[in-house]
Amino acid sequence: MEKRVTFKGWLLPLFLIAPQVLVTAVFFFYPAGQAIWQSLFIPDPFGLSMQYVGLGNFEYLLSDPYYRTSFLTTAIFSTLVTLASMIPALFLAVVADRLIKGAGVYRTMLIWPYAVAPAIAGVLWLFMFNTRVGVVSWYLGNLGYDWNHVLNGGEAMGLVVVASAWGRISYNFLFFFAALQSIPKSVIEAAAIDGARFWRRFLTIVLPLLSPTTFFLLVVNVVYAFFETFGVIHTITSGGPQQSTTILVYKVFSDGFVGQDLGSSAAQSVILLFVVGALTIFQFKFIERRVHY
Amino acid sequence: MSSNLKIYPNDPPSGMVETRGASIWFSHAIMILGVLVVFFPIWLAFVASTVTQPEIVQPPMPLWPGDQFFNNYHEALVSGVNVPVATMLLNSLIMAMGIAIGKIVISLLSAFAIVYFKFPGKMIFFWLIFMTLMLPVEVRIVPTYEVIAGFGMLNSYSGLILPLIASATATFLFRQFFMTVPDELAEAARVDGASPMRFFWDILFPMSRTNIAALFVILFIYGWNQYLWPLLITTDPSMNTIVMGIKQMFPSGDDVANWPVIMATSILAMIPPVIVVISMQKLFIRGLVDSEK
Repeated sequence: MEKRVTFKGWLLPLFLIAPQVLVTAVFFFYPAGQAIWQSLFIPDPFGLSMQYVGLGNFEYLLSDPYYRTSFLTTAIFSTLVTLASMIPALFLAVVADRLIKGAGVYRTMLIWPYAVAPAIAGVLWLFMFNTRVGVVSWYLGNLGYDWNHVLNGGEAMGLVVVASAWGRISYNFLFFFAALQSIPKSVIEAAAIDGARFWRRFLTIVLPLLSPTTFFLLVVNVVYAFFETFGVIHTITSGGPQQSTTILVYKVFSDGFVGQDLGSSAAQSVILLFVVGALTIFQFKFIERRVHY
Repeated sequence: MSSNLKIYPNDPPSGMVETRGASIWFSHAIMILGVLVVFFPIWLAFVASTVTQPEIVQPPMPLWPGDQFFNNYHEALVSGVNVPVATMLLNSLIMAMGIAIGKIVISLLSAFAIVYFKFPGKMIFFWLIFMTLMLPVEVRIVPTYEVIAGFGMLNSYSGLILPLIASATATFLFRQFFMTVPDELAEAARVDGASPMRFFWDILFPMSRTNIAALFVILFIYGWNQYLWPLLITTDPSMNTIVMGIKQMFPSGDDVANWPVIMATSILAMIPPVIVVISMQKLFIRGLVDSEK
C-alpha cells in the first residue's frame, strides 16, 4: 500500500489529515468512548450522580426478555427484508437481461425508488395501508380481509418489511443487472448449443457466476435492514404494536431518548458496535476473497 | 420458423439463445408489470397530492389525478402544516450539500496525505480513520447528541452536518484511486520542483473529477435522506429537514391528517434526489459500484 514516490515533509501531511482526524475524534471516538463508559454506570433517578455497576447493564440486558425479543425481531425483520428485496430484483434483472432493446429504459424507471428516503417510503406505504383511508386496506376489506397493522403485530411486521424492501429492489436490481451483463454471451450460447434450456443454464451457469454479487448484496442488505430502516419503522409503527416491530436500533432510540434510560441505551449501543464490527470484518474477508476470484 | 420475425429491424442475429417473438414480448410484459408495481406507491402519492381532502377520506380514493395540483402544492410550499415546506426544502438542500462537499473535501485531503507522504504517526491516523468505516450514526446517537448539545449546536446547520461527515468511506475510495495513479506523474512533478500542493491541484484533482462527481451523487442522496439525526437535533420546526418534517405533519391523537398536503410534501421530498439520480445515472451507478467495493 506504499507509493514508491512520496513527497518530503511532515508538517503539510499532518495539516492535510487534521480535519478528518479532528472530525473523527470529536464525533466518532469521543461519543463511542462515552457509550462504552456510560454502559458501565446507572444514573440515579434525578440524574445527579452515576453509580458504577460494571457489566451490570449488559447482564440486565441479556436477561431482559424485551431485549431478547428485540434481537429475534431484528433477525426476522432483516432476513425478510433481504429476501423480499433480492428475489424480485434478481427476477427482474434476469428478465431485463434477455432484452436487447429497452432494458435501459426499464432500468431508469426502476432506479426511482432508490432515491426515495426510507422515511418517505414509510409514509407512502402507510398511506396505502392506512386503516381509515388506505386504498389497499379498503380493497382488502372488500375482499373480506380486515387489515389492521395498528393492532396486529404480524401485519405491522409485513408492512415495515415491504416498505423497507421496496427501495432496495432498485439497488439490488442495479447490481444484479450489471453482473448479468458482464457474463460473456458466448458461455450462455455454448450451453444453449449443447441443448441446455433456460432453467438449466440459469441454475448451472448464471447463478454460480452471480454468487460474488449475491453474497455481497446479502451482507449489504443485512446492514441496511439493521441500521437504515429506522425511518420506515418510526413513520409506520413506532415499534409497535406491543414492540412487535422494535428492532435493535429502534430500541436504542426509544430507551435512550424516550425512556431516558441512558445506561441501558449506552450498553445497547456498545452491543451494536460489536455487531457492526463483526459485519465489517465479515465483509472485508469476503472482499479479499473476491479480489482473488 | 415463421414466428421468428424480427421485432426490431436492428436486432443482432439471435443465435441459439431464445430472444425471439413471443418470448421477447413476454419479457417486456413482465418488465412493464414490474415497473408498474414498483411505481404504484409513488403514483398513488402523486394522485393524492392532486385531489381534495374529502375525496381521500371517503375511500376508495380516485386512482387518476384530480385538479387540485396547484392548490395543494401551493399550500404545502407556502404554509405547510407546522412550517412552510419551502423552508424544509432549503434546510435539506443545505444539509445534503454540506455533507457531500464536506466529506469530499476532508477525504481528498486526508487520502492525499496518506498516499503521498511519510510522516510520524501515519499508520495510527490511518487506522483511526478506517475504524470508522461502516459505523453509522445510529449506533452512537445518545453520546453524539450530548456532544452536539455541549457545543450548543442543536438546531444549527453545523450540528446537522458535522457528525455525518465523520466517516471513512470517501477517504477509502480516494485512497484506492490515488494508488492507481502512475508514480511517474508525482516523480515528474518532483523533478520539475513543483510543490506537493501544486501537484495536488494541477494533476491529482483534475484526474479525480469523475470519482468526485460519482461520489457526490451518492453522498447527496445519503445526506438528503437522513432521518434519525435531524429528528433528534432539530427541535425548532424552522430547522426541520423535509424528510423528517413529514412525520411531524401527522397530527397526534384522533385528528385526521391533511393527506393532500402531506402527499404533496412527500412528492416534493423525493424530487431533488430523483432528479440527481436520473440525470446522473451513469455516474450514480459508477459511484454506487465504486463506493461499495
